[in-house]
Amino acid sequence: MQALLANFDALWSGFLTTLAMSVAAAIVATVLGTVLAAFRVSPIPPLRAFGAIYVQLVRNTPLTAVFFLVIFGLPAVDVTFQSFFIAAVVALSVYTAAFVCEVIRSGINSVSAGQAEAARAIGLTFGQSLREVVLPQAFRTVVPPLGNLWIALVKNSAIAGGAFAVADLTQLAANLARDNPAEVLGVFGGIALAYMVITVPSGIAVGIIERRTAILR
Amino acid sequence: MRVRRLTAALAALGLVALAACSSEAGDTEGSDPSVEVPEEVEFEEGTTMAELAEDGAMTVGTKFDQPGFGLISPSDVPEGFDVEIAKIIAANLGIAAEDIEWVETVSANREPFLEQGRVDMVVATYTINDDRKEIIDFAGPYYVAGQDIMVEAGNPLGVEGPESFTDIRVCSVNGSTPAGFVQENYPDADLTLFAEYSLCAEALKNGQVDAVTTDNVILTSFVSQDPDAFELIGNPFTEEPYGIGVPKGDDEFRSFINDVLEESFEDGSWEAAWDATAGAITDTPAPEPPSVDRY
Repeated sequence: MQALLANFDALWSGFLTTLAMSVAAAIVATVLGTVLAAFRVSPIPPLRAFGAIYVQLVRNTPLTAVFFLVIFGLPAVDVTFQSFFIAAVVALSVYTAAFVCEVIRSGINSVSAGQAEAARAIGLTFGQSLREVVLPQAFRTVVPPLGNLWIALVKNSAIAGGAFAVADLTQLAANLARDNPAEVLGVFGGIALAYMVITVPSGIAVGIIERRTAILR
Repeated sequence: MRVRRLTAALAALGLVALAACSSEAGDTEGSDPSVEVPEEVEFEEGTTMAELAEDGAMTVGTKFDQPGFGLISPSDVPEGFDVEIAKIIAANLGIAAEDIEWVETVSANREPFLEQGRVDMVVATYTINDDRKEIIDFAGPYYVAGQDIMVEAGNPLGVEGPESFTDIRVCSVNGSTPAGFVQENYPDADLTLFAEYSLCAEALKNGQVDAVTTDNVILTSFVSQDPDAFELIGNPFTEEPYGIGVPKGDDEFRSFINDVLEESFEDGSWEAAWDATAGAITDTPAPEPPSVDRY
């Protein structure tokens, strides 16, 4: 622990990097995942197929492989990112979006068919009924699983630092362990705590949001 | 007490994970410079050597991802210079190569594994330094590497030495000594840290970094695999004496290993080990053996 306190600046900067990477990826993944979920329930077959293939491909690929493809595969087809941080956000977003999509789709399925039928009956288009009627109810139902995904995302971001060139908490852990061979367990334990500083309050916040937004059926 | 139990539980967990990773000792075919295992060995009662000789088996920590030193292919035993050195030491304890259990050690777990007794010794491109000597002891060195720089073939940026680190994007491995050298001496350097040197090499090929820095032996193996893409600057700026890690305070075991190393320098088995492994990959003759440091 001494090693962490002595390097508090580096710890703080690693913490902010982990947090920024996770928040950015969470935002992109939520937007992308919602669009994919809309695809999967849409009346247009090619969109449905695209959504299903995306989910199956990405969900069944190890995250490390997704990172590898984004960082070293895309440059081969001339897609490059300004920094390894951005590449990491892309990899995490692409990966997490597949899971977000499935969570939201399950939320959409939990909204009774009568809601969508009523919305179409008063003349709303498919898009309008999804946006105005179905999704708001769907999101309320899936707050707990979305919270789970967020916590998993924060911890998944460790792959970016441990293996793929982002100066986050996990990368710091490896370098501090090298400089303080007597405190290896303390260093990694402290870094685990730093992750919990993000994830534990998140879990509590998710619980509060869940209660506030609960629908009485 | 609670804390200790937790530590024990964590250690047990790590043990299970490692047991799952370590491969069965299989056949040791290939360009193995076979080391003769004596039939009978005698050691004083109570020493580590006597215990290991009695068991007829030992556990060695080595790297599984360092070409030429310790590299494992799927479902196989590791191969490399470190592995051969470990075999020479085992042979002098009357332990055959197939009775060695290889455990993967990465840079961050070498000291804990020795402290916890997970391994009997560590031969894993392990640089001897004073911080580490406070927790464990080193026999050797058995090899002295030096930190060098690899750039794109033709050296378009004119990199000459570590002074250039402030102007270029340099790549190394997370938690490694060479990365520490850059962080300490060139804090403003644009340093990129991956998990493995092969990823650094890939990034260099893609132009995502301008240089890769680590011990020359590791870089040489990349250059020899792909001389059209890479070039070694060839101007080592540090000395990295590789030692054999043993538990702290086991001076008898340490001086036994030192004796074995000196003998191997003399009788040509050290050179044969080099020629069959790192020397074969990098196409370089064996250097002068270093002198053992009996501190």
